[in-house]
Amino acid sequence: MLRIDAGGLHYRELNHLIRQAVAEGESEIVLDQVNGQRYIGDGLQGNVTIRIKGTPGQDLAAFMDGPTIRVEGNAQDAVANTMNLGKVIISGQAGDVLGYAMRGGKLYVAKDAGYRIGIHMKSYRSQVPVIIIGGKVGDFLGEYMAGGVLMVLGMTEEEFPPRPLAGDYLGVGMHGGAIYLRGTIDPDQIGKEISPAEMSEEDHRLLRKELAEFCQDMGWDLEKVLEVPFLKLVPISHRPYGGHYSY
Amino acid sequence: MMKDTLPAEFFVDVDHRRCVRCKRCIQNCGFSVYSFADGIVPDHSKCVACHRCVTYCPQQAIRIEHRPLAFRQNANWSTQHILDIWRQSLAPGMLLTGMGNDLPYPILWDHLLIDACQVTNPSIDPLREPMELRTYLGKKPDLVSILKKPEGGFLLKEALPPQIRLEVPFILSAMSYGSISLNAQKAMAMTAQELGIVMNCGEGGLHKDLYPYGQNIVVQVASGRFGVHREYLNAGVGTEIKIGQGAKPGIGGHLPGEKVSLEVSQTRMIPMGTDALSPAPHHDIYSIEDLRLLIYALKEATDYKPVSVKIAAVHNVAAISSGIVRAGADILHIDGFRGGTGAAPSIIRNHVGIPIELALAAVDDRLRQEGIRNQVSLVAAGGIRSSADAAKAIALGADAVALGTAALIPFGCNVCQRCHTGNCSWGIATQKPELVRRLDPEVGAERLTNLLSSWALEIKEVLGALGINALESLRGNRERLRGIGLDSQTLEILGVKPAGR
Repeated sequence: MLRIDAGGLHYRELNHLIRQAVAEGESEIVLDQVNGQRYIGDGLQGNVTIRIKGTPGQDLAAFMDGPTIRVEGNAQDAVANTMNLGKVIISGQAGDVLGYAMRGGKLYVAKDAGYRIGIHMKSYRSQVPVIIIGGKVGDFLGEYMAGGVLMVLGMTEEEFPPRPLAGDYLGVGMHGGAIYLRGTIDPDQIGKEISPAEMSEEDHRLLRKELAEFCQDMGWDLEKVLEVPFLKLVPISHRPYGGHYSY
Repeated sequence: MMKDTLPAEFFVDVDHRRCVRCKRCIQNCGFSVYSFADGIVPDHSKCVACHRCVTYCPQQAIRIEHRPLAFRQNANWSTQHILDIWRQSLAPGMLLTGMGNDLPYPILWDHLLIDACQVTNPSIDPLREPMELRTYLGKKPDLVSILKKPEGGFLLKEALPPQIRLEVPFILSAMSYGSISLNAQKAMAMTAQELGIVMNCGEGGLHKDLYPYGQNIVVQVASGRFGVHREYLNAGVGTEIKIGQGAKPGIGGHLPGEKVSLEVSQTRMIPMGTDALSPAPHHDIYSIEDLRLLIYALKEATDYKPVSVKIAAVHNVAAISSGIVRAGADILHIDGFRGGTGAAPSIIRNHVGIPIELALAAVDDRLRQEGIRNQVSLVAAGGIRSSADAAKAIALGADAVALGTAALIPFGCNVCQRCHTGNCSWGIATQKPELVRRLDPEVGAERLTNLLSSWALEIKEVLGALGINALESLRGNRERLRGIGLDSQTLEILGVKPAGR
């Protein structure tokens, strides 16, 4: 195991040290005193686990291809941007535009996340990206989503006034994949390209499997998560704008 | 009874005295114009005037003519306006088109004239004297310090920022696999390798067959992030963030599912047959600060290869460009309103954006005024039709020009503007295997190499006439241009004097 004190290090130095360690075969790296350094894990490949103590900067795990990153704290915007493979586990909150165009791997956030989560996520062959947000999220969840699985659990403390699971314009332009919400949502918040769908046996199996992994990583009780029924939302068409053109 | 068909735009005239009924026209037409019923029968309404049949008819028995639609002359209601209204009233939707803006807006290249030496300073004969066209794209330092080597010669004290080397000042524009065929991309990659330049693979990923050409490829990252992964980002000599395109500023792209074949789907890393939707903005870029984030995310992922940012020329292009340079772009690629496309709504292509000539001059000026011109290389695109246009662009301030349509014409394209149909008879803008295989990449590469080496010769000839021996001396040298037939404000924006002054 390698420990790096990230305190005062510029991201370029820090990421250079990480890449160097991974190239030398290091499989476990702990970063102490992380304070806003961007691009940790950017384009990183390999079988390595990075534990981050502190708050990593934006574009954490962008273009990442395999490693596991555990953040013991909050994360900023654009986590798992265009990530291909790997896993990011955040024990706190995270910012906006998480998992943009993510093609594979998993992104878990224990608490709330911001706007535009899982935009243009897509699946490819055996790669099915999964984002699970333990708390609530803002507007434009799953906008332009083309594949993969998005779950919002909303399991944060009671708020007053109560806030919905997700904001407005949910799944606008969505044309692939599925969104699962633990609970319900006002139909007015849902984009016109998606609609609720019946939960099948397969959906229940998928939920249990993915949530079991999430709960294990977060130390949560799976049965408690599954106590509340989920709402499944899927796109109405794989080609939402096919009829917009005259040839 | 109301009309339910549109009048044909062209007449396909088959001379039956010459026709030997070989049916080659039937096989060759990508638009199914021809059928056989005791002789060749054309359906005029399907003809797009791509001239594939004309080229391949062994008897020269086919002639394509404009069909004279003798509507009453009307300077306000053009035939096109009437036809467009009929089309949309029959089949609702946005009118789609391909290639660049074809409306008669002013073409400023044709109002710019190049200087030459006479008597007082000698011209140079490029046939016998060396002429330097080599161009390096990337940030240039504010100043360089050099060390004298004891054995002679010099060394730079600090390493230069990374550069992309072009032997001739041309880039083959971003045309994605999906919008054009793999064979067209291969022909461009071979040309780029042969000439020591680069091609941009566009936003549709990089087919595995093109990875060996990596030293001559710039990979693109657009809002759909198709086929973008670690290997892809590192496959070329640089990356480009596509914000906009001259033919469709401000809007995204929709590659219809029919064009997402098995190999296109593998290259884009999406399921076969689904629409490939590129959102209008990058949803992680809403500001210059956000752009900086992605620029440096790409640099981190590629060990600091140069990053280009491509935008469409729009009204406020100079201020936007300043922001892009300050965001850390190494190359700024500006695409004017004549720039081409595989598919765009006509309303956008024909009415949005500004000419590259004005945008280029305004951007070059602004970056010089701010003292940051050296921090970026400028690539101008959007309607470069000849080496003359290219030379004028360089004199206006471009480091290099990017060629899209001009690079496709050597493959047989005659600018019929039907790229969006996917029926390209020449095997360029299509994914149909029977059409794609008509374009032999090696032959295509040979033709395109011929063209660009000819342009290089012509540019050298211009440099010689100007009495300069390096393209660098022409770059931003607007004193060697004069405007003709331009109003004073346009001249002021272009930074050129009127002819005669």
